[in-house]
Amino acid sequence: MTILKAENISKQYRLGVIGTGTLSHDLNRLWYKVRGKEDPYLKIGEVNNRSSKEKAEYVWALNDINFEVKQGEVLGIIGKNGAGKSTLLKILSRVTLPTTGVIKTKGRIASLLEVGTGFHPELTGRENVFLNGAILGMTKAEIAAKLDEIVEFSGCELYIDTPVKRYSSGMKVRLAFAVAAHLEPDILVVDEVLAVGDAEFQKKAIGKMQDISKEGGRTVLFVSHNMASVKSLCTRGIVLENGTTVFEGTADESVEFYLSRGKDQNKLALRQRTDRFGNGKLKLVQVSFFNQNNIEVDQVISGEFLKIRFTFEKYDNQIDYNRFFLGVTFKDDQETSSLSYLSDEMGSDFSNLSSRNFIDLVIPNIYLRGGVYNLRIQTGIGTRREDHFDTIEEAATLHILPGNLWLNGKLNRPGNYAILPGKYIV
Amino acid sequence: MSFEKNDAWLYEITSEKKAFDLNLKEVWRYRDLLILFVKRDITTLYKQTILGPLWFLIEPLFTSVIFTLVFNNLGNISTGGIPPFLFNLTGITLWNYFATCFTGTSDTFNKNANIFGKVYFPRVIMPMSVTISNLVKFGIQLLILISFYIYFVLSGANISPNYFIFLFPLLVVMMALTGLGLGMITSAMTTKYRDLKILVGFAVSLLMYISAVPYPIEVAREKLPAFAANIITYNPLSQILEGFRFMVLNTGSFSWGGALYALAFAIGIFFLGLIIFNRTEKSFIDTV
Repeated sequence: MTILKAENISKQYRLGVIGTGTLSHDLNRLWYKVRGKEDPYLKIGEVNNRSSKEKAEYVWALNDINFEVKQGEVLGIIGKNGAGKSTLLKILSRVTLPTTGVIKTKGRIASLLEVGTGFHPELTGRENVFLNGAILGMTKAEIAAKLDEIVEFSGCELYIDTPVKRYSSGMKVRLAFAVAAHLEPDILVVDEVLAVGDAEFQKKAIGKMQDISKEGGRTVLFVSHNMASVKSLCTRGIVLENGTTVFEGTADESVEFYLSRGKDQNKLALRQRTDRFGNGKLKLVQVSFFNQNNIEVDQVISGEFLKIRFTFEKYDNQIDYNRFFLGVTFKDDQETSSLSYLSDEMGSDFSNLSSRNFIDLVIPNIYLRGGVYNLRIQTGIGTRREDHFDTIEEAATLHILPGNLWLNGKLNRPGNYAILPGKYIV
Repeated sequence: MSFEKNDAWLYEITSEKKAFDLNLKEVWRYRDLLILFVKRDITTLYKQTILGPLWFLIEPLFTSVIFTLVFNNLGNISTGGIPPFLFNLTGITLWNYFATCFTGTSDTFNKNANIFGKVYFPRVIMPMSVTISNLVKFGIQLLILISFYIYFVLSGANISPNYFIFLFPLLVVMMALTGLGLGMITSAMTTKYRDLKILVGFAVSLLMYISAVPYPIEVAREKLPAFAANIITYNPLSQILEGFRFMVLNTGSFSWGGALYALAFAIGIFFLGLIIFNRTEKSFIDTV
């Protein structure tokens, strides 16, 4: 059963300083309306691209968004900053209206846009639970029935009758999330709440989210940058880009599509770079990353498949590829090596390279923690300095997102080093 | 499922506006929130202040003293045998309720932009809670008025209330509706035109002078030119204040016509405010 349906949702925002000339624009609008014409400031078609300065004074944050959500479905909404996710959530949670279009719903929507809304510092934890719960749409009786559960979940029993202004920021967030997590709307809208609290509380929060969606059969709209949690929580996904829907499909497909969209534009520059070392008999011109479906990406999830393709241009026909050396080192932002693949110790056979111009490095599971890694790439005949063909520091940048590599539903922590398979046995 | 057959949507989010959308059903659904907001306002109002609720008393007392000195001693305004201080205190007590409701609600959207920007609840809950929690302050000030009233009776002043005192709750409701209505209209407009906020401050203090607070309507009709006297007479607020003094002090004039006029005005301005407010609440966050 379709529980929520969005039809042709568009949202227009004004650029520049709001407040100057509003009266004259309003009068102009009124004048067009009186003559039965369309609003002159509603020109459809301007694309919301924040990086390039727009000539128009108004911009479409959302442009003709359509989707349906079925009962019990967990829909992931993904997109880069500025894609229109927050605007869509604001409309869904009735904070603002769409400029055109309509959202029809058969259930009550409650949103966790930001936890702790309406907390008053002078009130005690208990009073704030009631106030915050009521703001989120619960009745007093509902809150009273769940009070113990909420307090226990937050882990603030000791301080529940102390004014919230004496709380640490972490306690405030925990209490606020506890209230929000015990809401029972027909449709729950969640935005990045998983980013709050310490690791232990995050685990609790993710677990609660899973309970809500899986056991409760509740419909959830989930907005996140965290691809691993989208993959593990959502059943379906849509990808937003510059205010329009560019992809709709299963959660896995959507995440894949999203990751493949973010390819770095500065890849071309590798050919032109001069900060390289070597005799130039062979030149590295491109480094590209692929996921298990052979789709080019620039981000991968920790623990998943990764293929790196190195493309070369040859300037010497006499190279003995049996002695060819390729060294790939993953370095963190402190220039510390995290991981390396050195072809000589691996015993790689490069003899086919005489008829090809690329080498693939296949990594079945990329056991690196979530972070940004720069690749140092070294080529040559052997590893002696004078034998280097072409060596480049930071030849490419790879983003690794925290993932569920222990396959237990828990995200590994971010960091800039490797994780190796292993097991504790008692 | 039964939903499927009739395809009934619970509600729609759209930019199309209905002409009369009072949204009162939603307000009823959120009544617990209204009560909690009132509770919050009252319990937190004077936390960590030196004098606490004593401030409620100081404000009307000082104003009454100044008014008595200026209008009655300097300006020789006759209060018709009523002790001028008590006359002024009576007017100011009720006027203050109106003024706090008006100014307290006139900035609803700007003041609560943070919370309104994150969650939906019927926005009108906010100004309503302000009006109700101001009632508590008004109640305390009413006690002051009563104590001075008793003091003046004991010291031999010739004052007594009349039977119209039973209409007193109605007067308070009229004041609340008028203040709330005007406040909601102003708050809807301040979201776009911020300068109106500055206007409210001095508009309220000017409004007091044409609302027959420090003088009876009768005196205004005697001493002022006709157009000014008419403004004061046809100002519904003067009618409410005059009515209040009539029932408490048995002074001045009372006409059913004036009372009904003020009542009609109060109800009218309240519903107008509600309609305008509800229109604004849906998308104000984009312009605030």
